[in-house]
Amino acid sequence: MAAAPDYTDRPWMDPDAEPFIKVQSVSKHFGDFTAVDSVDLEIFKGELFCLLGASGCGKSTLLRMLAGFETPSSGSIVIDGQNMNDVPPYERPVNMMFQSYALFPHMTVEKNVAYGLRRDGVAGDEIRQRVEDMLSMVELSQFARRKPHQLSGGQKQRVALARSLIKQPKVLLLDEPLGALDKRLRDQTQYELMNIQERLGVTFVVVTHDQEEAMTLSTRIAIMDAGRFMQIGTPTEIYEFPNSRVVANFIGNANMFAGRIIENGPDHVIVESKQPDCEFYIDHGMSIPEGTKVWVALRPEKVHISKEPAGDGKTNTIKGMVHDIGYLGGSSTYRVQIGGGELVEITSPNQQRPKEAKPPIDWDEEVYLSWEPSSSVVLTK
Amino acid sequence: MSTPAEALLPSEAPFWKRALYWITHLLQTQWRRLVLYVPFAWLLFFFLAPFFFVLKISLAETTIASPPYTPMIEWIDEGVMHVRLVIDNFAYLWEDDLYVNTYLNSIKISSISTILCLLIGYPIAYAIVRSNHTTKHILLMLIILPFWTSFLLRVYAWMGILADQGLINDFIKWLGFEPIRLLYTHTAVYIGIVYTYVPFMILPLYANMEKLDWELLEAAADLGAKPMTTFLTVTLPMTAPGILAGSLLVFIPATGEYVIPDLLGGGNVLMIGRVLYNEFNANIDWPVASAVAIALLLVLVLPMMLYQHVQGKETEGK
Repeated sequence: MAAAPDYTDRPWMDPDAEPFIKVQSVSKHFGDFTAVDSVDLEIFKGELFCLLGASGCGKSTLLRMLAGFETPSSGSIVIDGQNMNDVPPYERPVNMMFQSYALFPHMTVEKNVAYGLRRDGVAGDEIRQRVEDMLSMVELSQFARRKPHQLSGGQKQRVALARSLIKQPKVLLLDEPLGALDKRLRDQTQYELMNIQERLGVTFVVVTHDQEEAMTLSTRIAIMDAGRFMQIGTPTEIYEFPNSRVVANFIGNANMFAGRIIENGPDHVIVESKQPDCEFYIDHGMSIPEGTKVWVALRPEKVHISKEPAGDGKTNTIKGMVHDIGYLGGSSTYRVQIGGGELVEITSPNQQRPKEAKPPIDWDEEVYLSWEPSSSVVLTK
Repeated sequence: MSTPAEALLPSEAPFWKRALYWITHLLQTQWRRLVLYVPFAWLLFFFLAPFFFVLKISLAETTIASPPYTPMIEWIDEGVMHVRLVIDNFAYLWEDDLYVNTYLNSIKISSISTILCLLIGYPIAYAIVRSNHTTKHILLMLIILPFWTSFLLRVYAWMGILADQGLINDFIKWLGFEPIRLLYTHTAVYIGIVYTYVPFMILPLYANMEKLDWELLEAAADLGAKPMTTFLTVTLPMTAPGILAGSLLVFIPATGEYVIPDLLGGGNVLMIGRVLYNEFNANIDWPVASAVAIALLLVLVLPMMLYQHVQGKETEGK
């Protein structure tokens, strides 16, 4: 008998797990405008779930519906087994961290953090203790008596986090939590946020438009566009196996080639492309009939660039001419012009210092691009 | 230290050239102060100077002459200056119950009116701020619209509405009830004052609420505050400056109000504005009238100073 698989870190794989948040065919209309278009979503306990999308894609509206600031036009939201449709925000077991932080300007840091507990009628001594603990967790103990306007952006962000966590909500909603911070602080805070989430075991739902942030933070990502989910999956799934051209282009960069399936074997697929003139050999089977028009996506870092020809010169290889080189230190980005004039992007790590014996690839040089059979992804839409 | 004109332009340069240079230099370096001096000079001339005239008259005695009060400074013989300051007028205000009672009554009426204006104005201001763009402009226009007709005319209109044979009583009679007396009562004065001054409450409240961050109210709700608690713990403290500004804009002019108590209150409602008018015109006792005005100013300056003090603290906090 095979051992039962361990689903602790990936509850969405467990067929028996009960989702903690269930969004069931929820729509939201503002007049003629459909912000959220009949979406379904299941989020499990302890997840750090990211809603990723460009501004106006409906991710914030969905978050505000979870918080209770907007009511769904149709469909239902269930949190921890309880239907939330008629529950006002002040009775929901969720708390939100606002993008603007929304700290009460007339209250000290201490009072801001204590606000939620005071509303619940917690005893004074307990409030004091819990506020103290929370402030020391976010390293703001010495700022307890300050007013929000006396704090820096990073400190305000931590007060907002402390205030939204103090009631030990079942779900914490974060609206662009790192949006207002500068790059360096954002990187640091990102890991702090993950540590806190892990320590407290709270389910986080994060809205962001920053794909890098989403990739680093989340257990799973839902990519939203025009009020619908394009794809839901782990960062790896979404990056390595995008289900559409939109997703492939949204997360990272991808070279896209149009082609037609000419052979569909049980363990491989061959896509023939006219532009460039080459064949893509993909080492896994697919349920797409031969002759179907498809696109092949190829990530820049999965392409090898070389001055020597590789393979048979037709399968998984293209000849081209170097058009641009961007030297980034740790890696270089090449843009190579291929047959029809279009440019293919390649990222290649600079593992060795350039040597006399093996001069680096130069502008206008003829190069050969090649990739592994497992590197390309076939997309039908 | 030499002036820049001397330092940079040789002293043999023509006077006008040096003067022009100096003025330009002054404008360039001191413009902040100059900008402040202009309104300061305006206030000094048009506010403080008349005030000192009134103060001077309040310290004189009434005579039958033109002007009807004794001069403050008289020259007796050669070089002997005789300064006469009479504080009898102020003592008289204090001794005569009429004045004390009138002051108290004025303050009572304007305090109650201020509270009524706040109770009416606050929800209106809130509704205006929360309404959509088009409605907002229409509502604001409606608030400002009455200012386009003469204030006096509007008070006369109220006389027509409140009179024994007026609009309200006609309606009451049409319903088959006994008519009630409205005109020349305290009620009429309250109606008149609240009607006139409610815009002065709404506009500063609107200006204040317009800046309110509505996300703060969502944050409060998110943290478990019911609507009433959110109002008391967030909305009210955040709009306190607007409440204070509006209240002072109503309270101060309402205390000295003359036209409304005179026309709508008749002889039944004593307010300090009417007493002031009577002293000047009926009694032709300018010194006492001036003393009444100065005392009124003191009554009103105190809350103003309080406001300044609170505002100063507020800006200090920001």
